[in-house]
Amino acid sequence: MNWSYTIWIPLLPLLSFVINGLFYGRMPKKMSGWLGTSALGISTLLSWVTAWKYFFNTPHQGPYEDITAWHTTWMHLTDRFTIDLGIYLDPISIMMLIVVTTVSFLVHLYSIGYMATEEGRNRYFAWLGLFSFSMLGLVLAPNLIQTYMFWELVGVSSFLLIGYYYDKPSAVKAALKAFIVTRFADGFFLIGILLYSYYSGSFLFEDINNIPAILESNGSLPVFMGLSALTWGLLLIFIGGAGKSAMFPLHIWLPDAMEGPTPVSALIHAATMVVAGVYLVARLFPAFHASDHGFALQIVAIVGTFSSLFAAIIAMTQMDIKRVLAFSTMSQIGYMMTGLGVSGIGEEGLGYTASMFHLFTHAAFKALLFLGAGALIHAVHSNSLKDMGSLRKYMPISHITFLIACLAISGIPPFAGFFSKDLILEAAFEKNKLIYAVGWITAGLTAFYMFRIYFMAFWGEDKVYAHKPHDPGITMTLPLIVLAIASALAGWLPFNEWVTSNHETLHTHFNIGSAAASVAIGLVGIIIAYILYKNPSMTPQKMSNRLGVVYQTVKNKFYVDEFYEGVTQQVILKRIATPIAWFDRHIVDGTMNLIGNTTVRISSIIKGIQSGDFQVYAFGILIAVIGLLVWLNYFIQ
Amino acid sequence: MDRLTILIIIPVLTVLALIFSTKRKSYRVIAAIGMSIQTLYSIYLLLEYLSIRQAGNTSEMVFTRSIIWFKPWNIRYEIGVDGIAVAMILLTSIVTVSGVFVSWRIKDLPKEFFVSLLVLATGVFGFFISLDLFTMFLFYELAVIPMYLLIGIWGSGPREYAAMKLTLMLMGASALLLVGILGLYMHSPLIEGQHTFSIQAIAHSPMALSDQLFFFPFVFIGFGVLGALFPFHTWSPDGHASAPTAVSMLHAGVLMKMGGYGVFRVALYLMPEAAHEMSWFFLILAGGSIMYGAFGALRQTDLKYINAYSSVSHLALVLFALLMMDAVSWTGSVLQMISHGLITALFFALIGMIYERTHTRDVTKMGGLMKVIPFIAMMYVMVGMASLGLPGMSGFAAELTIFVGAFQHSGVLERVFTVIAVLSIVVTAVYILRVVGKMLMGPIKTESFYHMDKARWYEKTAAILLLACILGIGIFPNWLYKLIRESVEPMIKLIQ
Repeated sequence: MNWSYTIWIPLLPLLSFVINGLFYGRMPKKMSGWLGTSALGISTLLSWVTAWKYFFNTPHQGPYEDITAWHTTWMHLTDRFTIDLGIYLDPISIMMLIVVTTVSFLVHLYSIGYMATEEGRNRYFAWLGLFSFSMLGLVLAPNLIQTYMFWELVGVSSFLLIGYYYDKPSAVKAALKAFIVTRFADGFFLIGILLYSYYSGSFLFEDINNIPAILESNGSLPVFMGLSALTWGLLLIFIGGAGKSAMFPLHIWLPDAMEGPTPVSALIHAATMVVAGVYLVARLFPAFHASDHGFALQIVAIVGTFSSLFAAIIAMTQMDIKRVLAFSTMSQIGYMMTGLGVSGIGEEGLGYTASMFHLFTHAAFKALLFLGAGALIHAVHSNSLKDMGSLRKYMPISHITFLIACLAISGIPPFAGFFSKDLILEAAFEKNKLIYAVGWITAGLTAFYMFRIYFMAFWGEDKVYAHKPHDPGITMTLPLIVLAIASALAGWLPFNEWVTSNHETLHTHFNIGSAAASVAIGLVGIIIAYILYKNPSMTPQKMSNRLGVVYQTVKNKFYVDEFYEGVTQQVILKRIATPIAWFDRHIVDGTMNLIGNTTVRISSIIKGIQSGDFQVYAFGILIAVIGLLVWLNYFIQ
Repeated sequence: MDRLTILIIIPVLTVLALIFSTKRKSYRVIAAIGMSIQTLYSIYLLLEYLSIRQAGNTSEMVFTRSIIWFKPWNIRYEIGVDGIAVAMILLTSIVTVSGVFVSWRIKDLPKEFFVSLLVLATGVFGFFISLDLFTMFLFYELAVIPMYLLIGIWGSGPREYAAMKLTLMLMGASALLLVGILGLYMHSPLIEGQHTFSIQAIAHSPMALSDQLFFFPFVFIGFGVLGALFPFHTWSPDGHASAPTAVSMLHAGVLMKMGGYGVFRVALYLMPEAAHEMSWFFLILAGGSIMYGAFGALRQTDLKYINAYSSVSHLALVLFALLMMDAVSWTGSVLQMISHGLITALFFALIGMIYERTHTRDVTKMGGLMKVIPFIAMMYVMVGMASLGLPGMSGFAAELTIFVGAFQHSGVLERVFTVIAVLSIVVTAVYILRVVGKMLMGPIKTESFYHMDKARWYEKTAAILLLACILGIGIFPNWLYKLIRESVEPMIKLIQ
């Protein structure tokens, strides 16, 4: 079967980027938006066709095959290290294709309305095209170097889009922060790649995941602090993934990234780029699972679980609707990491499937939440929940779709989040009770903070609005409706047949006890939110006052940002960079100047000539050279 | 006329045309035409070279020619190129032609300016085609001397100080170099009773280890000064800060590459055993200054100082890779020289354009330039991305090659410095983005910044030409990699 047409899936967004970028100043109004949207539309169509062909229309016995649809040599370093660019199709890359193209398409469509009045929308759509291209290149990569390359490119697109409102200092700061924090993580990622490939002898995923072959070809691997070099490589790679996926303690850039336009947050900082870390771990899952009995995987589980709880706690206290959603994203990605972390392979691979399933459903409902929030922000011209209230009266479509998304993320059946989250909890329950307990509590917190913003925005007291809020136009409501349908129904997809750790069907059974427990805690969260926020009251205020320091600590995000600020300002800049700059100017250069000045002084004493004449110095050098020559001549004979 | 001498003839003819020309407006046109022809000729040379290789010519150097011009010492005008030299020649011509375009509106003494610039370029071209150590050295001096005039006359700020400092340090380096070269000469094999300066001849019968150990530091440091080796790099920030735009471009883009090239072609190739013995010491110097330069750049506020320190960091990476003494690292090192040459030339070109409009190079005094000069600002963002190693730009291809090559050495020292080198890309990102954030983004700080000239055609020509090369190499690095690699391979074989 011919798959080479799949090259057009990433190329079309690239084309949109190039055209919008080159004719940036000369583009007729609205053209850039429609150009980008149609490019992504075709890509989306091709992705769905690919998925259909791959899952239903390819005769296969046993597991799904891995297909290299297209490849070319990018750099032939050595025969061992050849860097290819290619397109690699397997169940997870096809799933990601669907997610990335579809969400990107909807976001493009939505942005036509959302950005209609913006001066720089050509630039905006150019960056959006660049991002879509890079993200697709990332998910389709057949080797770690291509992954890394597009990994950096999505980072840059994210930087450019967060800094879209570049004359706003807070947006600039956020953009720099996002780039630098992820870049910091990527430094370790690259070292991890180099370290790992030194032993695996290849960058290809199929070689990297083949741990027995690596062990065989290396004899014995060096062990450092009880862990083999491969595990160290994987841990370093995971740092890269944790940076991109905003896992604790590298999460600080994500909430600030909300400075970007809201559709960007939906696409990049909710549905696609931030799950790249999860995708990376899933890509290398066999290696993570096999190396040192899955030690690295345990780290993944711990980091994921902690991050999900940590973020959920913070999300309860934030007043900016987008920041709540940002912490919620971090928390949900934590779930995905947990799912992978507790998973085995083959028949024990429930966590893997659940994690990928959650990635899929989360993309739908979180994109919907962000786009819905965008509609609210568009209507009331503020991000703050304090400026919203009773919006259900004015914005029925936004209201219903937002509600569906809230129900989905809170894990209420039959909406999508229920199925995927419950599977993760089930997998955790079998592996580790503590992780399960944390996940279960987090589920309750999730329901609470989601319905907190739901009730605050759509119920509560009517605010005084400068303009009467209303539902946005069709290009904005259509994506909301499509995503709402997906959030409602995606849970029924038979993911266990499609996306599994060994590409074979995974037999799952519905666990009624676990499901009941998840639903129960979700409902508790919703009810508490209902009591506190359905009608305007002073209770939440009083409660936070009573909690005092604890509340302040949480509201200030546990002061992690301040900690980083301190380290970079006080230690790196003041204690390292400044002394180096001083040392260079005063000691190193000072020595050079001293030598120069002394020479001048001595020569002036000797010759009695007070001159800064260039010729005199050149003459001196000539004399010195001749002297050296004479000396050398003797030395040699 | 043989193929390579034309590379010298073209700039010399251009210089003559300039000297005899009397119209003020025609100087820049003559220079631009001359250098455009040179660039086209360099491309032709590359194609010619490729076709010769295609035809199965495997000799180390091609287009060779040797004419004796100083009989008593057997000094020859011996020329020839391999893939590395061809690549460096192409880089030189591209940077020079962009430099001419950037200097389109030079006010003072335009004739003398372009003459000096082209003499400098002639020296560089001659340096890259020379296979005779003494001739090479002469061309090197030919390139350094106009530098003094260019900075001293057309420079800004404390230009006399900077010019003097730069020239003296480079002259001091020349002295060391001359010692090394004469040492190589006196220990060279006897051909018909005479010693030789020929690189190829010396490489095939290197001198004894004890002599190598004596002369290696002379040559390495001599060229290292030019390549901004710590602690002999301090001429570079002052020199760049005072130099006019085109001179900074040529200096950082090409002249400093002569340092790396010399280390590679003379120090390591001709004294490989000493290089193996002493590499640990220079590895510490070079590996350390990768981070040192990056942190140095972090605290600067003058755009040119930032880029000068950035060059210290990036060129230290070149020396670091050279000291690894394997084919992949060496290829990466040459790639890095070319990539850095293009990137840094574009950087200085853009800085010149910005300075012309804002009359300051202090990043803290600027802001929001994206709004008023979008073309220049966007170019700056792109070249910044190239400098911090964004995939798709030449810097990434070069750095990745170096990292992969260096990581194949499992010695502790090599490992530690490789890790440091990789982590330096984080610091690079910080100092680049700091400038982007402060200078290009944010609100406009000064009233006068609201009215600025948009980029002119000659500025766009120079910037687009350089950026196209950066992108071209970044997206399709393999042909260049192959070109260099095939020439590195026999060298590595010979010295191992």
